[in-house]
Amino acid sequence: MSEFKVIEIKKNILEDNDHEADLLRAELKKNRTFLLNLMSSPGSGKTTTLVRTIEALKDEMRIGVMEADIDSDVDADTIAKTGVKAIQIHTGGMCHLDADMTRQGLESLETKDVDLAILENVGNLVCPAEFDTGSVKNAMILSVPEGDDKPLKYPLMFSICDVLLINKIDVLPYFDFDIEACSERVKKLNPNIRIIPISSRTGEGMDEWYDWLCSEVKQWNA
Amino acid sequence: MHELGIIIHIAKTLDDIAVENELEKIGSVTLEIGEVSGIVPDYLTECWDYYRKKNPLMAEAEMRIEILPATTFCEACKKTYPTVAHGRICPHCGSEETYLLAGNECNIKEIEAC
Repeated sequence: MSEFKVIEIKKNILEDNDHEADLLRAELKKNRTFLLNLMSSPGSGKTTTLVRTIEALKDEMRIGVMEADIDSDVDADTIAKTGVKAIQIHTGGMCHLDADMTRQGLESLETKDVDLAILENVGNLVCPAEFDTGSVKNAMILSVPEGDDKPLKYPLMFSICDVLLINKIDVLPYFDFDIEACSERVKKLNPNIRIIPISSRTGEGMDEWYDWLCSEVKQWNA
Repeated sequence: MHELGIIIHIAKTLDDIAVENELEKIGSVTLEIGEVSGIVPDYLTECWDYYRKKNPLMAEAEMRIEILPATTFCEACKKTYPTVAHGRICPHCGSEETYLLAGNECNIKEIEAC
């Protein structure tokens, strides 16, 4: 065998993913599909929020949902009951989705007839923030029981999101969650983020979220 | 814990590099990892030792990691300081208007191959 030689590479590992994500976004623009990447911790109410959002918007636009999970089809089953297209992406142990996996998901969702595609990312506040999925906008849910200090612990996630839903505000009286302090911490990381307090159970605040989403989808697909 | 995901990306990149440069075997991979990139070097090498065996091209490649120090720049007083010791607040003037100059890297620096 010939001898090993040193080859200088100097390549950013995430560069390929960033490039792939930009390509995907350009295709989505052409096909008039808005892709929302929804992220949160496990148990923050992602699926409940989604079901309610779908019920509210499904007459206005064609919606498709990709449920990413390490294993199981529990969430895709719940979403499919709303009558919109839903597929499950199994990440096979991976803690996040990258642009390539998202592309495969969009292909099996057949997005040419979809105005709004929603990617429910793996429940995790760390890894999904590092990988651009090719989404048009990033949204995250932080729920009251998780605590208002989360922006301090997971700054990257809060920095890359366009909208933050503070969920489960119906249980605020039972927790020492300070919405104002939390918003201040988030704004310090990301001055342009839109913060919407909601309860996906009672419906409080949801109209503001629907309005935001609708206007973003219309703008992108115009 | 996204170390496995990063390893899969590295393996894909190495596959491409091998095709471009007509390489048959990779002997080592040297990475540059920023001090505040959130990547745990020990996990990364463990994931590598698991994943490399799936691909004959890199099955025997050793992973070497060089840590790059993190530096933050202060907008207010225009000085730099080490990030890990002081965080977001400038130790020179107390300003919070600071941004990270270096320390978030995750690069493949070089490989040994034939």
